[in-house]
Amino acid sequence: MSASPTSDETTAVAENGEVLVSVRNLKKHFPIMKGVFKRQVGAVRAVDGVSFDIYRGETLGLVGESGSGKSTAGRVILQLDPVTEGHVTFRDVDLTETKGEKLRALRPQMQMIFQDPHASLNPRMTVGSIIGEPLQEHNQAKGKERKQRIEELLSLVGLEPKHANRYPHEFSGGQRQRIGIARALALNPDFIVCDEPIAALDVSIQAQVVNLMENLQDVLGLTYLFISHDLSMVRHIADRVAVMYLGKIMELAEVEALYNRPSHPYTQALLSAVPVPDPEVEATRTRVILEGDIPSPANPPPGCPFNTRCPMAQERCVAEVPAFRELDSGHWVACHFAEEAREKVKGIV
Amino acid sequence: MATTRERTEETTGLDQRAEEKHRSLWGDVWRQFRRHKGAMVGLVLLAVIVFGSYFGPWFWPKDPFAIDTSLANLPPSVESPFGTDNLGRDVLARVMVGGRISLSVGITAMLLSVFIGTAIGILAGYFKWLDGWLMRFTDLFLALPILPLLLVIIMLFRDTLRAQFGPELGIFLLVVFVIGITSWMQTARIVRGEVLSVKEEEFVLAANSIGTRKRNVIFRHVLPNVLSPVMVAAALGVAVAIITESALSFLGLGFPSDFPTWGRLVTDAKDTINITPARVIWPGMMISLTVISVNFIGDGLRDALDPRLRSR
Ligand SMILES: Nc1ncnc2c1ncn2[C@@H]1O[C@H](COP(=O)(O)OP(=O)(O)O)[C@@H](O)[C@H]1O
Ligand code: SF4
Ligand SMILES: [Mg+2]
Repeated sequence: MSASPTSDETTAVAENGEVLVSVRNLKKHFPIMKGVFKRQVGAVRAVDGVSFDIYRGETLGLVGESGSGKSTAGRVILQLDPVTEGHVTFRDVDLTETKGEKLRALRPQMQMIFQDPHASLNPRMTVGSIIGEPLQEHNQAKGKERKQRIEELLSLVGLEPKHANRYPHEFSGGQRQRIGIARALALNPDFIVCDEPIAALDVSIQAQVVNLMENLQDVLGLTYLFISHDLSMVRHIADRVAVMYLGKIMELAEVEALYNRPSHPYTQALLSAVPVPDPEVEATRTRVILEGDIPSPANPPPGCPFNTRCPMAQERCVAEVPAFRELDSGHWVACHFAEEAREKVKGIV
Repeated sequence: MATTRERTEETTGLDQRAEEKHRSLWGDVWRQFRRHKGAMVGLVLLAVIVFGSYFGPWFWPKDPFAIDTSLANLPPSVESPFGTDNLGRDVLARVMVGGRISLSVGITAMLLSVFIGTAIGILAGYFKWLDGWLMRFTDLFLALPILPLLLVIIMLFRDTLRAQFGPELGIFLLVVFVIGITSWMQTARIVRGEVLSVKEEEFVLAANSIGTRKRNVIFRHVLPNVLSPVMVAAALGVAVAIITESALSFLGLGFPSDFPTWGRLVTDAKDTINITPARVIWPGMMISLTVISVNFIGDGLRDALDPRLRSR
């Protein structure tokens, strides 16, 4: 954490463009209360010191097993949950220091698309009022104009204007996700956190929704933080990828670098679980099998969080937390033995 | 791309209609409500009871207060279909008049109690910093010895209210107030529990991410989704209020003892149930029928207000 990507920011900016969101040493701990007097007996370290930048117009993929803290990170970045520690800078504003009306005024610029299209739409509101709510709350487009804007948004996401009168339960999962996307787009945001937006959808629908999101990104110049546990989908949609484990970033790199030269044993294990399309390669490659379960974030192992399951773990891994260091330009890894890990990679992926 | 996408999803999703009718929310609710058989039965029943209480005396013009001991304790007959009481007063006429008080007390007190209970439940469930205080306040009310409290309230305010609003309206307001503030606690607890779970729903998170103001989150997202327990509480509340009112008048704290209300009629008649069972049965049945019909109506309303159960 100490070596967050600060020193090289200037070069990164030069290569990738403007930084839109900058996350520094972000932590979110949920207190565990026990007993009659509700004393705090510990904390779930859902997000435990992550740092990264998101550049304007890019898609940053955030991958990791379930429970690694991805959703929490997304929510805390958007200040839907207060941070425990650290900073999130959006444009030039430190969101963690922004409260009340000021934060509310910034909300239109950053939106969220949710995982469960059944839970994220109020069942008692019509689609029109769901999509119109952000307009209403921020006093944009009144009366006829609002109605027009709603219809515009509906057709933008591939639905029909007449759907505005219906209720969410009358739609399929994919259509509901489109409604959620339309709601997120209503206020012309710059930045959207997509929390596993396709995970709950039928496989046959997933590609359609992802394509829609990519088209919208091109047309509207959106910046995405795309949270997912589906590595092949992330490879398809993301420009850069961050791999999260137990509340920390293990590896962060451009998508091709990460998939071709994974340098963290955890990333390698994740990738080796993804089948390779070429049957010959699939038959011959060695696979790293992840043993055991992800430890509880309430009681993470000392040193490297991955040391309980890492095939390369040594004494040093328990004694010392590996620094998040830049292995080569733009490729960040939190592993003491990243160089050795990278050497082994050819046989694995 | 767009067209294939449309087609594949449309086939799994919606039936296509050339023309989408404009649908008003309340029109939809009413249409669904009418489909609910129980609710319609309840509505008709309640209408009959209300109508009978207010307009029945036009068709049955016997004086409910006329005492004639020579007619005491008569069994049901054509002259007096529900029989007469121990002072020879016509029971049918008394049940009709009694209904006015019982119904208005029952419904008004229920509204007050549900209002207080829902408000406190929502505030406690939604605002964490209020939760502890409000729930302790609720427990306090649950633990309070209700009868002494009622006594004190009524002693303190009876005369002022009578002077202010006249004897009947004064007592009515007092009784409604007293019942309302002593029966909201259960509603508050149930609503609080429900709010705690609705608050965690993703659509509430979505509203926060939009920047929806707290007040609107509550009225637009939380309240409509905790309506079911509120409806149940409302239906039960009417029964509790009617019965509490009769207990109050039994203790001499409510309406004057010669003033017929359903609860009062049952209480007065229970000692002579062997001689004139009709005196207990009819007002008792009115209470039950009112409670049942309100229950059914609440059921139907709950369903009708839920778009998922509302077919197009
Ligand atoms: N509100 C909360 N209170 C306590 N623990 C939480 C809360 N939200 C999430 N957690 C815990 O934080 C960890 C990370 O959760 P989450 O961010 O949902 O992971 P992911 O999205 O990667 O599956 C999990 O162990 C989860 O149990
Ligand atoms: S630091 Fe050690 S335990 Fe952690 S990933 Fe690297 S080798 Fe494995
Ligand atoms: Mg998640």
